Amino acid sequence: MKYIAFVEQRSGQIKKNGFEVVRASSNLAKETNSEVIAVIIGKNISSLASELGGFGANKVIVIDDARLENYSTTAFASIINQVVKKENGNILFLSATAMGRDLAPRLSVKLNAGLAVDCTSLKNENGKIIATRPVYAGKGLIEVSLTTSVQIFSLRPNVFNAGDSSNEQATIENFTPELNDEDFKVQVVAVETSSGKKDVAESSIIVSGGRGLRESGNFGLVEKLAEVLGAAVGASRAVVDAGWRPHEEQVGQTGKTVSPTLYIAVGISGAVQHLAGMSSSKCIVAINKDKEAPIFSIANYGITGDAFEILPALTSQLKIFFGKS
Amino acid sequence: MKILVCVAHVPDTETKVKISSDGISIDQSGVNFMLNPYDEIAIEEGLKSREKFTGEVTAISVGGDSSKESLRKALAMGCDKAVLLKINSVCDSNGVAELISNFAKEYQPEIIFFGKQSIDYDSSIVGGAVAEKLNLASISVVVKLEIENLEVTAQREIEGGHEIVKTKLPAVIIAQKGLNTPRYPSLKGIMDAKRKPIEERIVDAPAKLVEVNLMKIPPAKPAGKIIGSDASAVPELIKLLHEEAKVI
Repeated sequence: MKYIAFVEQRSGQIKKNGFEVVRASSNLAKETNSEVIAVIIGKNISSLASELGGFGANKVIVIDDARLENYSTTAFASIINQVVKKENGNILFLSATAMGRDLAPRLSVKLNAGLAVDCTSLKNENGKIIATRPVYAGKGLIEVSLTTSVQIFSLRPNVFNAGDSSNEQATIENFTPELNDEDFKVQVVAVETSSGKKDVAESSIIVSGGRGLRESGNFGLVEKLAEVLGAAVGASRAVVDAGWRPHEEQVGQTGKTVSPTLYIAVGISGAVQHLAGMSSSKCIVAINKDKEAPIFSIANYGITGDAFEILPALTSQLKIFFGKS
Repeated sequence: MKILVCVAHVPDTETKVKISSDGISIDQSGVNFMLNPYDEIAIEEGLKSREKFTGEVTAISVGGDSSKESLRKALAMGCDKAVLLKINSVCDSNGVAELISNFAKEYQPEIIFFGKQSIDYDSSIVGGAVAEKLNLASISVVVKLEIENLEVTAQREIEGGHEIVKTKLPAVIIAQKGLNTPRYPSLKGIMDAKRKPIEERIVDAPAKLVEVNLMKIPPAKPAGKIIGSDASAVPELIKLLHEEAKVI
């Protein structure tokens, strides 16, 4: 079998999720005796190809073209489709990021391939891949298999471990796809990054605040703690709907579903729809005055007290802790 | 301008998931269903586009009779027409995309709006798949949209920022929270919606590409420790995070 792994890069750097996809494909490939072909697309990105052998790619196909500096849904989908067909790829893996989620449905149609999105685990059963993915924002899990000969799996970022790079080297091949103007009919013309701000979907530590903070100005306490931890700031639906925080920070069923290593919930009672979005976090800390708050039922560690007193203490003591270690 | 908005009828966000006896879906007893929240944003954007360009907004849904409830809400918000593509068996996302694109080929809309994902299966497949099947431009997770003389400029959400995307109509636009604030149906809207017909078409569900083998509830987390009730618990918390959980 041939596995194709699409590796996302932005601004000339491979995203962590790109390494995760290559490693996850490679782990399965060992069981099924398959070849892993990584694909990387962009402008002036050829030098990145050599990083992928160490994560398990056997071959890296590089598409380096000045027109591909910014993302284009139509052009990228066309290129990946051409690569899968040219290589007779059986399975395509990509990351369930904004880019991967955008590309996967188009590729599903182009390749007439079944698609399982946002998978959190993959296993091989007699050569067939069984994927587990959350539904209802994590309130349920389904195990799915695909009925088509070409199959696509997108993997939830931050769940599959990329591991350390080895000294293995992959064969590197340049590919010039056929692209016409029509392929660029949707085009990103600029990228605006929120400077210094971490995204909840990508961060391994999240500090989230809710109604218990009483007013938007008090989110400064959450931001300070997040800064010390190098964490992203998250928010409950209640405070997003109240306009205290931007919607991109919302964690939960109508926000983002996250699986960080550490999730600190401050003044969040834990409505069903919030818990759904974060209960798969590896370690959950809850700080809430209300002892009966549902958040404590899923928290590994809880402090049933006043956030206005606990947060400053936690922030300053963590500063000392990190200063020493 | 003809505008198509695709909507789904889904269990509400307060639903506690229980597995049905078939082992592959949720037990629907006692579950309240509602119009998918992201689709309300899609409807609102459809209505705003009609206000700007004139024309009509048609809401479409694939499902059973119960989906009429969400189509009725779409009409109450102000959509002009509603179409139910009625299926008797379960359909996966690619199947829904197939049925909607067949309708769109006949209806020929200039814009098709979708919500980012339906909050049951969270797949976000249908919008992109419809665009591909119809060979249309598409922009997903849109948080800002401007359309002038068929030129579309949108902001789409990416990790840690936004992309500014340009394309031309006709196009598929997939709405993310933040794009607008959906209006509440007015009393008059609700009354009018009762009189507007919902066109029903019985269609065959396309073959499934994805087979659900089983559904389960994620393993419950073992009860955690309450380590204190004030700031004096902080040193213990840091110690546990470092030594026991090993997360800092």
